[in-house]
Amino acid sequence: MFDYDKWQEIWATIRKNKLRTVLTMFGVFWGLFLMLLLLGSGEGLRNGVTKDFGAWATSSGFVWGRRTTMPYQGLRPGRPIRFDMNDVTALENEVDGLHHLAPRLQLGGFGGSNNVVYREKTAAFSIYGDTDAFHKLLLVNFDKGRGLNPLDVAERRKVAVIGSEVQRVLFQGVDPIGEYIRINGVFFKVVGVFSSKRSGRNASRDVQMIHVPLTTAQQAFNRINQVGWFGFIAKPGVSAMTVENDMMALLRQRKRVHPDDISALGHENLEEEFNKMLGLFNGIRWFVWFVGLGTLAAGVIGVSNIMLIVVRERTREIGIRRAIGATPFSIVSLIMQEAVVITAFAGYIGLLLGIGVVELLNLAIGDGAAMFLRPSVDLPTAIASFLILVIGGCCAGLIPAQRAASIKPIEAIQS
Amino acid sequence: MIHINQIRKSYQMGSLSLEVLKGIDLNIEEGELVSIMGPSGSGKSTLLNILGILDQYQEGEYHLAGTLMKSLSERKAAYYRNHYLGFVFQSFHLLEFKNALENVALPLYYQKVSRRKRNRKARELLERVGLGDRAEHMPNELSGGQKQRVAIARALISDPKVILADEPTGALDSQTSDQVMDLFKEVNASGKTVVIVTHEAEVAEKTSRTIHLRDGVVQNDTHNAGVAS
Repeated sequence: MFDYDKWQEIWATIRKNKLRTVLTMFGVFWGLFLMLLLLGSGEGLRNGVTKDFGAWATSSGFVWGRRTTMPYQGLRPGRPIRFDMNDVTALENEVDGLHHLAPRLQLGGFGGSNNVVYREKTAAFSIYGDTDAFHKLLLVNFDKGRGLNPLDVAERRKVAVIGSEVQRVLFQGVDPIGEYIRINGVFFKVVGVFSSKRSGRNASRDVQMIHVPLTTAQQAFNRINQVGWFGFIAKPGVSAMTVENDMMALLRQRKRVHPDDISALGHENLEEEFNKMLGLFNGIRWFVWFVGLGTLAAGVIGVSNIMLIVVRERTREIGIRRAIGATPFSIVSLIMQEAVVITAFAGYIGLLLGIGVVELLNLAIGDGAAMFLRPSVDLPTAIASFLILVIGGCCAGLIPAQRAASIKPIEAIQS
Repeated sequence: MIHINQIRKSYQMGSLSLEVLKGIDLNIEEGELVSIMGPSGSGKSTLLNILGILDQYQEGEYHLAGTLMKSLSERKAAYYRNHYLGFVFQSFHLLEFKNALENVALPLYYQKVSRRKRNRKARELLERVGLGDRAEHMPNELSGGQKQRVAIARALISDPKVILADEPTGALDSQTSDQVMDLFKEVNASGKTVVIVTHEAEVAEKTSRTIHLRDGVVQNDTHNAGVAS
């Protein structure tokens, strides 16, 4: 079907109408280019956000105490809910779906007064009393040393695991492992340095944290028995929602909270969040395809229009061809081929440039931006959009070709 | 070669039906050089279009080389036009973006003849019509007479049985007209049947037989003495 003569003819018509052809091609090119850019950006957003989620154990979440809002069993509303180690034991024993429970306690925070000292340097960081379970909840990279372990908690060791930013600010080149830092006046031995698996602002917040054993924190900072809130991981195959509900039911009962008082306990689980995000991204994906296909369709319709004009201009020529023996099919294939060549060529350029720009974006952004990572268009997507375009080109040629084939040689020649 | 039996053709103009051919009988044998004359509106162009399978007719029968040409599919019609007929038009109808050689070779393209073969044959034919040195020229670089000779070469390339010419000299001056007519006679001498529609008496005189049409019927059919066929 693709023989030299047809190429020559297609080339001849294109050459005759350079500007028109170029403008048409631009329509198609722009369609595919934008579509790939949109798809690539959508992918980047998706990658960025899922990476942040990826650092969390799947089906995990948090439960924390707030204030009651309903009177219950003779207790007034407005009562703050506080947890202690007995709750930890109760939860661990009574909630079936619970895989790991990570009771936490926060001591002072980032942005507060300077609370950490190493030699002559002081700085403010977030200090958390944690158990080894927390490392299972939020995954980090241990650059040096180790994380908290059960013995640290059991023996109330005065050890600290610090974020990489803490190391950068306080130690400046000194190997922090084995060094002592003073937190609120108490000395802790640094046993590990970690960096975040997340990106952007989340990552910078992560690496400003210092984790010390929960039990040590309780004793050293006069918070005996206190627990701030709970992190948890559900057992494999158990929904985080179920575990969260079970935990809250138990806690309501233990803290004498009205069963309907939903705002007395705060909760958040990543499963829910994750599903929400997934839904959002699927939505975005569909939207991108919708918009992209619309743009493509506009380009393809442009080609169709131009081909109609081409057929009109070439009526006489087509008539001559018919008179000397061209079959309707040969005319149809001529017009179709021209439409497909224009769309495919313009689309190919759009494909190359679209992928090129997405890759450049990838290089330029790197790990720098929050919630945006590795914008990319995978090969199947690129091929799919290209195929859609070529099929679109066929469709674009169909009506003009039909019109060309219906040209009666006699009328065309006499015109 | 051409046998026409009571052909009728009418055009529908809104509610009016205009009968152009009112029962034409015509027999043209192989190797004849025939001219069809008549005033405008006599139906001569319509007849030629029917002969060239470019137009349909409503009644009667048309046999070309023994085959009935009636209600043909577009594909069949294209096949017969391509294999049996060669066309020469008043305004040449060459493709502007193809050079003389490519124009001549085009009918063979539709017979799926290889490029080399058809270009060789096209060159031979251009030599034959005296334009061997103009093969690579584009139509707009050729004079009217040259263009018509290219068109004749194109009509001849598929080795058709019949050459149909519609006012082939209509756009040419008398001197080039003579040259083109000489070429037609030469083609006829090589054994091809040639049918020329014209309103010029000088052209008709050069053919061996003249058919006069008037109001859609054959008025008279004369053999010209002195012109060998």
